[in-house]
Amino acid sequence: MRAGPPPVPGRAVPGRPASGLPVLDPPVLDLDHVTKVYGEGETAVRALRGVSLRVERGDYVAIMGASGSGKSTLMNIIGCLDVPSGGTYHLDGTDVGGLDERRLAIVRNRKLGFVFQSFNLIPRMSALTNVELPLAYGGVKAAERRRRALAALDRVGLADRVHHQPNELSGGQQQRVAVARALVTAPTLLLADEPTGALDSKSSEDVMNIFDRLSASGRTLVVITHEEEVAAHAKRVVRLMDGRIVEDVRTTPVGGLPPRLAGVAS
Amino acid sequence: MNAVEVLRFALRGLSANKMRSALTMLGILIGVAAVILLVAIGEGSSRQIQQNIQRLGANSLTITPSTSGGGGGPGGGFARAFGGGGRGQAGQQNSGPRTQAKDLTVEDARALADPASAPSVKSVSPVVTAQSQTATYEGASHAISQLVGTYPSYFETSNKPVAKGAYFYNDDVLAARKVVVIGQTVADDLFGTVDPLGKQITVSGVPFTVVGVLKEAGSSGFQDADDVAIAPLPAVQQSLTGFGPLGQILVQAKSAEAVDAAQTEVTEVLNQRHGITGSASADYRILNQATLQETVSAATGTFTVLLGAVAAISLLVGGIGITNIMLVTVTERTREIGIRKAIGAPKGAILGQFLAEATMLSLVGGLLGVLIAVVGAQFTIAGVQPVIVPTSIVLALGVSVAIGLFFGSYPANRAAGLRPIEALRFE
Repeated sequence: MRAGPPPVPGRAVPGRPASGLPVLDPPVLDLDHVTKVYGEGETAVRALRGVSLRVERGDYVAIMGASGSGKSTLMNIIGCLDVPSGGTYHLDGTDVGGLDERRLAIVRNRKLGFVFQSFNLIPRMSALTNVELPLAYGGVKAAERRRRALAALDRVGLADRVHHQPNELSGGQQQRVAVARALVTAPTLLLADEPTGALDSKSSEDVMNIFDRLSASGRTLVVITHEEEVAAHAKRVVRLMDGRIVEDVRTTPVGGLPPRLAGVAS
Repeated sequence: MNAVEVLRFALRGLSANKMRSALTMLGILIGVAAVILLVAIGEGSSRQIQQNIQRLGANSLTITPSTSGGGGGPGGGFARAFGGGGRGQAGQQNSGPRTQAKDLTVEDARALADPASAPSVKSVSPVVTAQSQTATYEGASHAISQLVGTYPSYFETSNKPVAKGAYFYNDDVLAARKVVVIGQTVADDLFGTVDPLGKQITVSGVPFTVVGVLKEAGSSGFQDADDVAIAPLPAVQQSLTGFGPLGQILVQAKSAEAVDAAQTEVTEVLNQRHGITGSASADYRILNQATLQETVSAATGTFTVLLGAVAAISLLVGGIGITNIMLVTVTERTREIGIRKAIGAPKGAILGQFLAEATMLSLVGGLLGVLIAVVGAQFTIAGVQPVIVPTSIVLALGVSVAIGLFFGSYPANRAAGLRPIEALRFE
């Protein structure tokens, strides 16, 4: 297949913004020919060979690819954990490439919510404290922090587990705490890296249901996965191979319900 | 992210590994306690020595012959003051033998008492000392380590008040009466519970009448300051020592300010009388109490600094322990640091957290160290009552906090400088 986004049903966004549709907000994600090279000279590994990707507000995108396809690198760059070697990356209208360490931390705190494969909760801290943590770094007052953390935990159905430590929770519960932690700052983008990779099918289903509901409520989600089952929840599936986007399929319009919920509704 | 938050995170981090934190604190605790306690011991022994010197008498000058060069004279009264040591001697030092060294005589003492040539001198007491004289009383016997023959002014000059009975008087000296004032140890050994006043004791075959008992002075160093007897000079010379040279001359200045003037006057008079001119070295030495005190202070000060320095090394070792443990902690919690960074922890927050952990370790350790040192100072250690020096507490605490900051900054910087993706990948 050729590089670059193929025509997408529902909405035409080939290359740069088309002048036809009014775009009120800047896209949440706007990667333009992003490359990433690890190492130098002979041993250099070109993990990304020019990825261009735009994600509008409210979209629910699954990025798929086999291991070595560059999806983890892409995830790190989208998550502002790594900087691209070339190309530009705008997150919610901000050119992330030009930010220093301190501002990147602020961007990660305010605009991004991470969900990792291995949950990555901080041990020996209660679920509530874990969820409060991003708010603490964001400078939210203690009372407000608690209120919002409790609300986020309630949303993932863990209102009765707030004082449990991670090692007292099942994998699915831990991942839901992690989702709550990602949500609590009301980020522009929720970024999940193989969110179900370490979960059994029941827990996976729970977590994906939460994602569907979040998408239905208007959140922008990007899920990186290699499972077709997980990708089937997304409105749009982007396939990555050898550092390039090889397929970009939209199954549901940006503004619509995610496919699984839509299926239930109909 | 305010300071309270940072502290809470730090506290949580520390309590996660209580044993390790406690042991690390122990290092600082020992360091701080050692600094404070050893400085306190140094200070305590310094004060003890000062007190012993003061016990020699206020505003006094001790003149001893120095024909032998170096070492304490036969007087011994001075050597007693700091446990027979030969350090810190002030006054005219000299070395090497002299050809026409003259002894101290009663005439020297009389010349010093002349108000015309020595106006700053209040009183002069010539002293002869007979060592280890056996005294007996009704079958009880005791070897008096110091039998002093002198004038009545000696009591005031050498700070030896009488507890019971009276001193002897100038009349007794003129008449060479065999009367004696004995120290508490002598009284206890010879008389036990019997009142010694008016009783006759025999010292080396010569009968002496006890007229007074000295107030207890307490032992100092190796010698018992109460194991003395004081009698009129001629009486001792006649019966025990013979009319030879004096062991020492004790001079009391009119006031504390006059001590230096008195020393100058004494030097002049004695130089004249002993024919010492120009570069010739004197055949006597004058021990000035004030100078002595200064010298001893300097010596004990050095001693204290030395003790403190040794203790400071243990504090340093404790500090290195903090670095070590914090490095382990940072490595162990690399993943946690990665998570924190991924969810938007600024560099400063990570740095602050680990610095706060290190500082808390050292501060809590330091406070406990202060506590233990203060408690420990209530006990007598190695015969010395420690005296806590407040500045040493402030210093040790300050240094322990500084150590926390300094030794914690390397691991904390390492934590803050971690790149989130690498930290997250860390297993």
